[in-house]
Amino acid sequence: MIKITINGLEAGVEEGMTILEAARFLGFPIPTLCHHDGLSPYGACRLCIVEIGEGPRARLVSSCTYPAEEGLRVRTSSKRVVRARRMMIELLLGSCPQSKVIQDLASAYGVTRQRFRQEYENCILCGLCVRICKEQMMAGAVGFRGRGEERSVGAPFDVQSDVCRLCGACMYICPACRLRCTFNEPEKAVCNACANLSPPCISKEKFDDMMCYMEPCVACEIK
Amino acid sequence: MRAGDLPPEQFRTISLDHKMEKILTVKEFKSLRERIEHERRSDVPAIVIPSGTCGRASGALDLVRAAEHEILTRRLQGAVCLKATGCHGFCQMEPSVLVNPAGTFYPKVRPENMRAIIDALLAGRTAAELLSTDEKGNRIERQKDIPFFRGQKRLLLSRNEAVDPLDVEDYIGNGGYTSLISVISRGDPRAVIEAVKASGLKGRGGAGFPTGTKWEFLAARREENGKFIVCNGDEGDPGAYMDRSILEGNPHSIIEGMLIGAFATGAGQGVIYVRTEYPLAIKHLDNALRQARRMGLLGKDILGSGMDFEISLVKGAGAFVCGEETALMRSIEGRMGEPRQRPPFPVRSGINGRPTLINNVETWANIPVIFEMGPEKYAVVGADDAGTKIFSLVGKIRNTGLVEVPMGVTVRNIVDEIGGGPSGTAALKAVQTGGPSGGCIPARMFDLPIGYASLSRAGSIMGSGGMIVMDEKTCMIDVARYFMKFLKSESCGKCFSCRKGTQRMYELLDDISAGKAGPGHLDLLEELALVLKDVAMCGLGQTASNPVLSTLKHFREEYMEHIEKKRCPAGVCKALISFTINERCTGCGACLKACPEEAITGEKKSRHEINRERCSRCGACREACKFEAIDVR
Repeated sequence: MIKITINGLEAGVEEGMTILEAARFLGFPIPTLCHHDGLSPYGACRLCIVEIGEGPRARLVSSCTYPAEEGLRVRTSSKRVVRARRMMIELLLGSCPQSKVIQDLASAYGVTRQRFRQEYENCILCGLCVRICKEQMMAGAVGFRGRGEERSVGAPFDVQSDVCRLCGACMYICPACRLRCTFNEPEKAVCNACANLSPPCISKEKFDDMMCYMEPCVACEIK
Repeated sequence: MRAGDLPPEQFRTISLDHKMEKILTVKEFKSLRERIEHERRSDVPAIVIPSGTCGRASGALDLVRAAEHEILTRRLQGAVCLKATGCHGFCQMEPSVLVNPAGTFYPKVRPENMRAIIDALLAGRTAAELLSTDEKGNRIERQKDIPFFRGQKRLLLSRNEAVDPLDVEDYIGNGGYTSLISVISRGDPRAVIEAVKASGLKGRGGAGFPTGTKWEFLAARREENGKFIVCNGDEGDPGAYMDRSILEGNPHSIIEGMLIGAFATGAGQGVIYVRTEYPLAIKHLDNALRQARRMGLLGKDILGSGMDFEISLVKGAGAFVCGEETALMRSIEGRMGEPRQRPPFPVRSGINGRPTLINNVETWANIPVIFEMGPEKYAVVGADDAGTKIFSLVGKIRNTGLVEVPMGVTVRNIVDEIGGGPSGTAALKAVQTGGPSGGCIPARMFDLPIGYASLSRAGSIMGSGGMIVMDEKTCMIDVARYFMKFLKSESCGKCFSCRKGTQRMYELLDDISAGKAGPGHLDLLEELALVLKDVAMCGLGQTASNPVLSTLKHFREEYMEHIEKKRCPAGVCKALISFTINERCTGCGACLKACPEEAITGEKKSRHEINRERCSRCGACREACKFEAIDVR
């Protein structure tokens, strides 16, 4: 047991817990996009930031990757945290406005406008699909490539990987387009991947269960 | 390179390796050093040619060949000694020749001048017509009298002048590995750490963490699977090449520093991480490591001290972010170079989960110096912080190159005295330090002493030591935009804030320089920059806002000019400027010929005109005009 103070509440939490786990355990909500309880922490979406430390040494860290330390003082929704979080949401809205999850976040934090050049991207590179494929499905069929603005998720050389079992876990876990694929109404598709709908897809009975975001559409690969 | 050992260097290296024997004890090392000192003939004058990457690019190897030719054809072996060393720092004047022991410096030497230099050397005089001159035209004979060298304190760079980087015996003959011997002879790791702490050395990679304290942390860790120490040679800042010059010019000093570090901390495995873009540094390091292994300075039971230590060389694949320590460790492990959040700090869990200590090239190179000088003496070099720092002085300045100055000198010292003032007619405006993560120091703050804390207070950072001088013809928005472009493509892209933040800041800056910015742009830019500084995961992201924040802090009016008046005062942002020809035009037609767009018209000997529609604002006419008749607004 270690002692930690979150938003003024002193509590004992188990050693090895992250700040995020401790805060959620104690009932303080912290928004996340790239976090999943069953996967290793990644710290990419920067939404789960919290303020730790006091005075001039106070700083923001991502709570999903920061271990709860003895005597740590954490603020989960200080002014500084909220300001930063709102900016992150604004950036998310600027690049991925069609995502229900992001829209909900914006609404929860009262972000009503975004001032950047509007983009419509399908992927926020949270890496959940990469991690679930590697850590839970033991496959590693998709991964990151490229750097900076060139970074993207995909199969090696854009060809379906030998180790891919078409389990659909990557689609299931994606937070950016958790809306259902709209099957044969491509114009309503949120994630755009279904723009390349082709007959094998449509004739697929189980297609309803698919939620697709990848390009090329993984569902279309199902024979 | 000694003339007796000719021909070519590869051949020479093999022959050197051949006669190298394994040294098993400190006593054997001492007798080897005595032999080398006995064999060395210090009375023989030496022709030293700096042949680092910069020297080679300007033709230093041609000079080496010319000198070899002279020595061989005139049978001067034994009378003149020839040495191809690493960079001495005055890169602008390369290919240069230094004649020792007199210390005569010849700038920009051509191969055909080699004969005159050797003639003068044999006659015991200097080749006066080849010497460098000051502003008044007086010839300067000695290197130490040249303004560029006079203001420096060259603890590290002076070794580049003395040591043949391919020859371990030359390094030993110049006092190399003496510090290691003294440390091993004393046999007290604790005392080594105390000495490094007493020296006041701080990490030269930029953040300035006290080196001794870092070593202490590693030494305190008990780990049965071994500990790592790493030399970070992933020098990626545009316009900075301090580490390269040390790696190329004095690779054994890094090995010696790391050996002392290993002795103090109990690390068994060392890694030198160098970017692939430095092929010469890799070659010299590889050679040095091989020599050290053969001599028994690396391996099992080094010099009978019971210490085992091995160094491997890892080549980086050219990602700027791999200079960040957590990304660097991932890269060494063979994975994608992405940072992770600390803690756990590397000293707790580093390469393959083992405790790891990472120091910059310059930090390691300082270690042997500290033990040679004694920590107390080292501590009083420089004010505020201890020791010297190498800066790579580039930009709109007369003397460019590497300068090594004691901590605490002012920016003005470096820029005016060593750098020789602005290269053009325009006055100096600012100095950018610390690479893309650094910031700008405006001319009015040039009396700022150089130190970790003082630079940080001014909104910049020490960084690894890049120093880019800018004059009034440099637009600060353009500078910020340039660095942001660099950062957005060098951000690893893992954390959303850095990837999108740098991209968005670039867009905003691009809008401002294109004249498309509204009043909200500046607020948004500043807000985003401040948040990114707070939120980003690693050092790259946290400092990525610095180019924006520091230019905003010191040059806000310039931003306002761009946004409100749609004007670029420096005449750089193409969308906001126009070129006109004034009454000074003599009608010579030089601009007309230079214009790639055929936008200039006019009769001979009458004032020309620029067609604004056709003009692409490339500035070629301005370059071509000898009468300053082209106005930029």
